Amino acid sequence: MDITVILDYLIRGLSLGSVYAIIALGYTMVYGIAKMLNFAHGDVIMVGGYICFFSMSGLSSHFEEGSVAAMVVPAVAGTLAAMVVCTVLGVTIERLAYKPLRQASSLAVLITAIGVSYFLQNAALLLWSANPKVFTPVVGRGSLQVGPLSISYVTLLTIAVCIVIMIALTTFTSRGKMGKAMRAVSEDKGAAQLMGINVNATISLTFAIGSALAGIAGVLFMSAYPTLTPTTGSMPGIKAFTAAVFGGIGSIPGALLGGLLLGIIEIFAGAYISTQLQNAIVFAVLIVVLVVRPAGLLGKTIREKV
Amino acid sequence: MLNVNDINVYYGSIHAIKGVSFEVNDGEIVTLIGANGAGKSTILNTISGLLHSKTGSIEFLGERINGVQPHRIVGKGLAQVPEGRRIFLQMTVEENLEMGAYTRPNSEVDPGIADVYERFPRLKERRRQIAGTLSGGEQQMLAMGRALMSKPKLLMLDEPSMGLAPLLVEQIFDIIKELHRSGTTVLLVEQNAQMALSIADRGYVLETGKIVATGTGQELLSNDAVKRAYLGG
Repeated sequence: MDITVILDYLIRGLSLGSVYAIIALGYTMVYGIAKMLNFAHGDVIMVGGYICFFSMSGLSSHFEEGSVAAMVVPAVAGTLAAMVVCTVLGVTIERLAYKPLRQASSLAVLITAIGVSYFLQNAALLLWSANPKVFTPVVGRGSLQVGPLSISYVTLLTIAVCIVIMIALTTFTSRGKMGKAMRAVSEDKGAAQLMGINVNATISLTFAIGSALAGIAGVLFMSAYPTLTPTTGSMPGIKAFTAAVFGGIGSIPGALLGGLLLGIIEIFAGAYISTQLQNAIVFAVLIVVLVVRPAGLLGKTIREKV
Repeated sequence: MLNVNDINVYYGSIHAIKGVSFEVNDGEIVTLIGANGAGKSTILNTISGLLHSKTGSIEFLGERINGVQPHRIVGKGLAQVPEGRRIFLQMTVEENLEMGAYTRPNSEVDPGIADVYERFPRLKERRRQIAGTLSGGEQQMLAMGRALMSKPKLLMLDEPSMGLAPLLVEQIFDIIKELHRSGTTVLLVEQNAQMALSIADRGYVLETGKIVATGTGQELLSNDAVKRAYLGG
């Protein structure tokens, strides 16, 4: 096996894994706070993809082709638009669909989340039709040559964005007042209320952050896999959910580790074993990990002191 | 200071609190005693706004607080140290204290933490430690320190002696007396009736959701029915 080829696969795996990690953060933060699996999260990614697509194609005609502005402005505006729309969408979904079920059984919430997922897919079908749109990557199609390795700009951007998001989120939850309040709410809602923390506002904030990240993930994922349809979000959504469970659901570093490992396993399985069995292998690894460590790689099982 | 007037609380179809009324005056230590399941914690959680009464009213400093959201009640100066302490086990000691000051302006956080460390030097030694690694007594101190961070006018304590060795129970009660001396009004819920009544100005005896006796701490300590039921003869 050639080391350059292996390195190439590794970088591609890291890039795909970075997208999974960014999506997995949304799953894991929402699970940590609201103790629910938001299966509509993947479809928020799809909406982010469409919003970015339409913003970019709408804006690009206003700029001279090939100019710097034509490269930068539509991409940045499209990404921001995707983030804003996804944030509003995520918070609205929480308010309308999940908040009334705060006291309901987790099964009712789960079924609702699946319902919201289908609702978003069908709304997208109605609005934007089933015809695939071809997404233009937010950075040029070029690549960076490092010795024998050629790394595409999209790959580099994805990994860089993932690192920035991780640093920002870790700082926010370990230093910020709101971030600490989030951790308090995720541990004990009742006690957090007794501290004067507004639990509903904290849950909304979590959905807002998770959904903004879904917007970014949508843009990055579509830049790497440019075919955009109303069901585009479901596969990365379910993989990222797997990544979150793999790493230990509820844990932010777990989402990063799970996402990266999943991306790497997926790329290597496709390269060396079989592209058809790629997804099966990914999920088989999840099963093995859960048998050995039911809480996931970084998941904690906490014993209470009495 | 606190006026609870005819509250009725239900868990689904179970009528847990049946027309309870009582008051706590400024500067008092008042205790609610009763067996397990009598409804003591339910009453505190109703006052804190976590549970709701179908009838009656709860007034704090002359202002109606039933129906007010729990996070707003804390800001009015009413803090609770919940049963089982409920500290944030995965956060550090200092972060727990910061959470206690959530309703206070940022400028009060550091002086507040310094005050708590002065009162509980043990917590200062363990400030960077994860709260889950503390002993039971230290966890109780942290829970009390955390509640004090909100600068409460009325501090409600739910079973602070639970699960603690007798020596630690003494220590916790000494701290409660000290807090009271420094101007905090206290509403104390206890199963350890002997200890609670011995430091309380007044007490209420709760049985299956109803108040069945009331009086000063001393009166209740010498009340035959109370003796039989709660003080072991």
